[in-house]
Amino acid sequence: MPPRTCALCLANRAMLKRPKTGQQICRDCFFYVFETEVHNTIIQSNLFKPGDRVAIGASGGKDSTVLAYVMKTLNERYQYGLELFLLSIDEGITGYRDDSLETVKRNQQQYSMPLKILSYDELYGWTMDAIVSQVGKKNNCTFCGVFRRQALDRGAAMLGVDHIVTGHNADDIAETVLMNIMRGDIARLGRCTAICTQGEDTIRRSKPFKYAYEKEIVMYAYFKKLDYFSTECIYSPDAYRGHARVFLKDLEAARPSAIIDIIHSGEAFEVREEVKATQKAQQTCKRCGYMSSNDLCKACTLLEGLERGMANAGITDRARKKLDAEGPPPDNLRTIPFYNPPSSGTASITVEAAPS
Amino acid sequence: MSVPPAARISLKVEFSGGLELLFSNERTHKLSVPATVPKSYGDASGETKPADITFLVHHLRDNHLKERVELFMENATVRPGILVLVNDTDWELEGEGDYVLKDGDEIVFISTLHGG
Repeated sequence: MPPRTCALCLANRAMLKRPKTGQQICRDCFFYVFETEVHNTIIQSNLFKPGDRVAIGASGGKDSTVLAYVMKTLNERYQYGLELFLLSIDEGITGYRDDSLETVKRNQQQYSMPLKILSYDELYGWTMDAIVSQVGKKNNCTFCGVFRRQALDRGAAMLGVDHIVTGHNADDIAETVLMNIMRGDIARLGRCTAICTQGEDTIRRSKPFKYAYEKEIVMYAYFKKLDYFSTECIYSPDAYRGHARVFLKDLEAARPSAIIDIIHSGEAFEVREEVKATQKAQQTCKRCGYMSSNDLCKACTLLEGLERGMANAGITDRARKKLDAEGPPPDNLRTIPFYNPPSSGTASITVEAAPS
Repeated sequence: MSVPPAARISLKVEFSGGLELLFSNERTHKLSVPATVPKSYGDASGETKPADITFLVHHLRDNHLKERVELFMENATVRPGILVLVNDTDWELEGEGDYVLKDGDEIVFISTLHGG
């Protein structure tokens, strides 16, 4: 077959077929359009303002590694005026997170960004390894998900940042749309395509890769030779998401625009006010001060169950009742340090020392 | 007709994005395959064809893959979500499985299915 010419510059040899458009383009034009589309997403959604301190949620995986590189590139090219940080959560999973954190530490040097690592052990007194040894491989993703969400906010508060950006890509969001449809979770369906979310006490979170295809992120990392880590978590993968993912990849193989089409469908849903009103009002956790829809936040409930040897208490209502029936928590119960939501000027910054 | 094709083709095959875990945790494999192979894989009695990527995928499965074939192949090709590059070019521009292998080709398989 004769080599094809890039559809954009009409000069170089095409090296990639864009899934979103079907265009055949060369490496340099690919870098340009990929970066420019992310820039356009950022500008159109007004994600940042000059002087913002922004933490990049960094796992060492492909998405967050490319995100850190692209954020640094765009911040310099378009003079966003952002102060960028890397924020990593160490769940305490031997053979998985310890290796991926080594990648983040290299990224810290490669991109010259300050890095903060916050561990579950430090915050909750439990590593995921310890949690799994108590609760087994079933349900452990619940602990990890709840603990990570809160740890990111707390890590961001420690850094004194205004904003957390995460590497969620178009494929991730399309998967979430499908999962919310399959579960009939209308409230989440209504919010899962939002590029930026902010609760009252939480730090802004956004997804600059909302419209970036996974294929392009991986190709970008490959062509730029970015250093990333790729191993599946050693504990039970999220089986339900796995099915949604396989289904989505099959759809993409048949019609590459399927991913962006599903995101569009999700965005086009209008959730009626009375449906939204069924969501519980937000308050703060009486024990740790983090936002919560009950007296105790989910993380405190899960932690109390772990500490009292009834790990299911945070998972099922029945187990919770059993826990309550045993009386109030002991006075010496280990709890999560009180959360002081970020307000300007209270940041205490202790970032990782750069490895020499 | 031009000169007859070489009997064997040397290739460099690379796995990344987590796929290397299925192949003895080795990212790079140097191998040689016959230049001409049965048209339908494993059927030595029938017609032949020049070795292409579809052949290579089967060959890798039978000779190099160590575990969990379902994470590599599906319906006689690579599983959706695995990117393939031929000398650094997206295989979708090279005819995908029908691309005819040449001596010295570098074929890269990257899984996109691992966490980010």
